[in-house]
Amino acid sequence: MAAKSIISRPVYGTLSPQPGKHHLFVADAEGALAISDLAAKAPAGFFRDAHIIFIPGRDGKHVAALEALNPVQFHQGPSFASALPRLKQTLANAHMGLRLYLAGTEGLIGQAMQAALEAGIDHTSIQTEHRGSLARRVQCVHCKGITENVTTQPATCSHCGLLLLVRDHYSRRLAAFQGVCINAEDRSEIPPTEEIFR
Amino acid sequence: MSTGTTKLDVVVSDVVPVNELVTRFHFRRRDGALLPTFSGGAHVVAEMRDGERTRLNPYSLMGSPLDTREYTISVRRDDAGRGGSLFMHRHVRPGAEMVISYPVNLFSLDLRARKHLMLAGGIGITPFMAQTAQLAAEGGNFELHYTCRTASLGTYADVLRERYDRRVRLYHDDRDERIELDRLLSSQPLGTHLYVCGPSGMIDWVRDRAAALGWPAETVHFEHFAAPQPGAPFDVTLAVSGKTIRVDEQQSLLEAIEAAGVDPPYLCRGGVCGQCETNVIAHDGKFIHNDHWLSEEEHRSCRKIMPCVSRFEGRSLVLER
Repeated sequence: MAAKSIISRPVYGTLSPQPGKHHLFVADAEGALAISDLAAKAPAGFFRDAHIIFIPGRDGKHVAALEALNPVQFHQGPSFASALPRLKQTLANAHMGLRLYLAGTEGLIGQAMQAALEAGIDHTSIQTEHRGSLARRVQCVHCKGITENVTTQPATCSHCGLLLLVRDHYSRRLAAFQGVCINAEDRSEIPPTEEIFR
Repeated sequence: MSTGTTKLDVVVSDVVPVNELVTRFHFRRRDGALLPTFSGGAHVVAEMRDGERTRLNPYSLMGSPLDTREYTISVRRDDAGRGGSLFMHRHVRPGAEMVISYPVNLFSLDLRARKHLMLAGGIGITPFMAQTAQLAAEGGNFELHYTCRTASLGTYADVLRERYDRRVRLYHDDRDERIELDRLLSSQPLGTHLYVCGPSGMIDWVRDRAAALGWPAETVHFEHFAAPQPGAPFDVTLAVSGKTIRVDEQQSLLEAIEAAGVDPPYLCRGGVCGQCETNVIAHDGKFIHNDHWLSEEEHRSCRKIMPCVSRFEGRSLVLER
């Protein structure tokens, strides 16, 4: 569970079944467990109108458990990027009454939410649950490059090489946390690196 | 000075009967300057000086927000009401000087929406007159479904059809035409926002169906035209100002407080904005809550009241005013 911080830092909840005509789930890795937990609370037949997009990740676990829920559509992909066109297409053809549920890593929740915002869904209308890694997507404020799976503080920008302080300041539009040069005054000053976003 | 009640000195520039129940009033500034900008869905509170009594009634602005040379409101005559609409119909003539509040919008468009789906019932059409004008000017995507009792009581139905053609759909009660609400709500593209204004039964029906069909609450906007209900007179003690007042049958509690020279803040005078929320210090009796602001729990707690629309029956009531 992510600790409470400044107001822009996203806060996640617990997935719960919402009234609706269609239910679209996007999850990665341990996010599957949040869907299973929701299924235990859902009314009978709930998954007859459900579509699950799942990125199992390296472990490759949980696929069978999700398939066993018998969603009307089940899709798995090797990465979020590979699933994004399907997500965008689904949202583009969707009608009001579709409910969106996002579960798993912050990177997945953030990027799926970004696609949903572009499709006209308000972020407060989306069910989210954080499971698994706390690794962050970070945008370097200096070169604007995005570095994926940042687990350390500070972190090196994978684009311009600056040493970045990873802030809790988050952008829904970019689906990224803000990284600011930690030693702008004196580049020879190198603070110790700790792995804190595991 | 109460919140949002900065006043405008206006003159009635025109009075136009629209049909057997509705009359339109045009206001211009007495000093000839432009009126303040407003957005579709805004209302003004009109002050009506009727002998000893002052009535303050909210009316939606129905003109185009692009034209601030004049404001227009449409008033439906309510023969069984508390007298505000009758006063407007009987006594307000071109050239009359009136005072109205600055516009306040508690029913604004969410301009992030991909599409605006509007449902109007009866005189609930007025805010949509301004909203559709605003959206049409920006090339906005909207669709208006308007239910009226009969064609002759379909206020502005002809104007809307002429302006927006097939984007306006009419339903007449006397011809048994009904909105196929579930089908309509289920066929809207993602990113649609819903707006409903009309009788409270209609608003409740639309909100219930929208929620059941999976419309998130933040996409559903509504405006109740809740005029204060008359009721048995009751006495109130205003603890802060040390006054005891009587609320007449046809008077709202807020109006009675104002008549005693105490000025609580207000915006909507219809039980939705929350401005006039008042703490109850002591009571012996029963509250008649008519607002849409306080939660059910707060209603049950008997510790707060919205004096613009709610009343009291019983032996004594002490308010923190």
